[in-house]
Amino acid sequence: MPSADFQTHPVFKRGVAPHVRLLVYVTICVAMLVADLRLGYLESLREYLTTITYPMRMVAAEPVNLASNAAKYFSNLADSQFEQADFERLRIGTADRLLRFTALEQENEQLRKLLGMSKRVRTYSVAAEVLYSAPDPYSRKLILDQGKQEGVEPGLAVIDADGLLGQITRVYPIQSEVTLITDHNQSVPVQVERNGQRGVMSGAGQGKLELRFVLADADIKTGDRLLTSGLDGLFVPGLPVAIVESIERDVGAFARIACRPLGGVEESSHVLILSRAELPPPPPKPETGEPPLPPPLATKRDPDED
Amino acid sequence: MQFTNRSNRILQPTKPWFVYLSLFIALILDYVPVASHSGMMPDWVALVLTFWCIREPLYIGMGVGFILGLLVDVGGTGPMGPHALAYVVLAFMANALARRVMWFPALLQALHVLPMLLIVQALMVGVRMVVGEEFPGWRYFLSSVVGTALWLPLTYLLLLPQFQPVNRDENRPI
Repeated sequence: MPSADFQTHPVFKRGVAPHVRLLVYVTICVAMLVADLRLGYLESLREYLTTITYPMRMVAAEPVNLASNAAKYFSNLADSQFEQADFERLRIGTADRLLRFTALEQENEQLRKLLGMSKRVRTYSVAAEVLYSAPDPYSRKLILDQGKQEGVEPGLAVIDADGLLGQITRVYPIQSEVTLITDHNQSVPVQVERNGQRGVMSGAGQGKLELRFVLADADIKTGDRLLTSGLDGLFVPGLPVAIVESIERDVGAFARIACRPLGGVEESSHVLILSRAELPPPPPKPETGEPPLPPPLATKRDPDED
Repeated sequence: MQFTNRSNRILQPTKPWFVYLSLFIALILDYVPVASHSGMMPDWVALVLTFWCIREPLYIGMGVGFILGLLVDVGGTGPMGPHALAYVVLAFMANALARRVMWFPALLQALHVLPMLLIVQALMVGVRMVVGEEFPGWRYFLSSVVGTALWLPLTYLLLLPQFQPVNRDENRPI
């Protein structure tokens, strides 16, 4: 019988038991989930890995692009010419409005100055192309080809020719990610175009929208257009968002209102990233009796802003 | 190495670079942006990872699964972690079942793989729903079935380099 201090040397090296390793890995994974979702610690790691895997993802996106472009590629010359003629007509049709726009904007600014109102915020925009829609079954997101280098920031609105598409939620150096308004976790403050009734638009999954927190007896009808209200301080007010499709009023204190997005939420290939070019608010004045610091740049550049 | 533990033929040893190359290609295939809720695209990384976890349980395991999971997570838009968690569990199950599965012919091996893939998908859906995202629909689970159907062709494809004879002899084809 071997004594207690007798030690066998294992013939095969076995390392840590698999159960223990599983436990360690699962713990790491759960810690990562919490760190990423609740604390946001892993953004730099994600950025790093995204940059490393960028060529692989571009290679992977290529066959899908090819398939979607195939129809366009094989369309014949006549179709292209018709299309070009259509665009030309459209361009001429909008030209007079565009030409008058600058004059109207100046006039508007002067009138606002006369009335003593604050300036309307100016916007800047970045045109972008949709690279692909994210291969993620749980959410509705797109990847755009413009990123931090072009001045894209999280929170900006993304529109197409017909209306609001979504919001930038994550920005990489050369790409950015849009969460569509139909995503489960996306909300937009809106108002009814007809009477200014406010509400919050949320994604209802499966490409649908829902207007929430509108009282059951509120003045709203099917066919009403909903615009962004701009109350969130992120979106420019007045962007078309959706059209009311159906209203159920007897389901509780709030009506259940289903809506359809106006923008081509799932099919647009070219989009515009739109920002409220709002200057940062001036810093609070020091409370001591000392003479105030030199006025901040923002107020110097733009004295009418309240 | 053998085709299954019952076959008489001894195959060539697997080359590590081939294992990692196949996993790399699977990763690129997983990045292909098709609507994965339609369920027609199998989870290539999970499939190839399961294959090598069963064939080479001493070399391919939870560590490789973890790293691949992170890379797949980064390619998507969700949080970091669900795929890593799922692939670690998958590698654990496949490693544990490896010695049993190798006694079955490839078609019956596929029946062992199906529940593993389904468990992994259920795990991912569970994590994402705890986090508060929408349920992707039942068709999502179809990709496990598609993956299972691909097990047999994948087995032959990934064993092709190992089927090569050591030295070719015109007079004695093996």
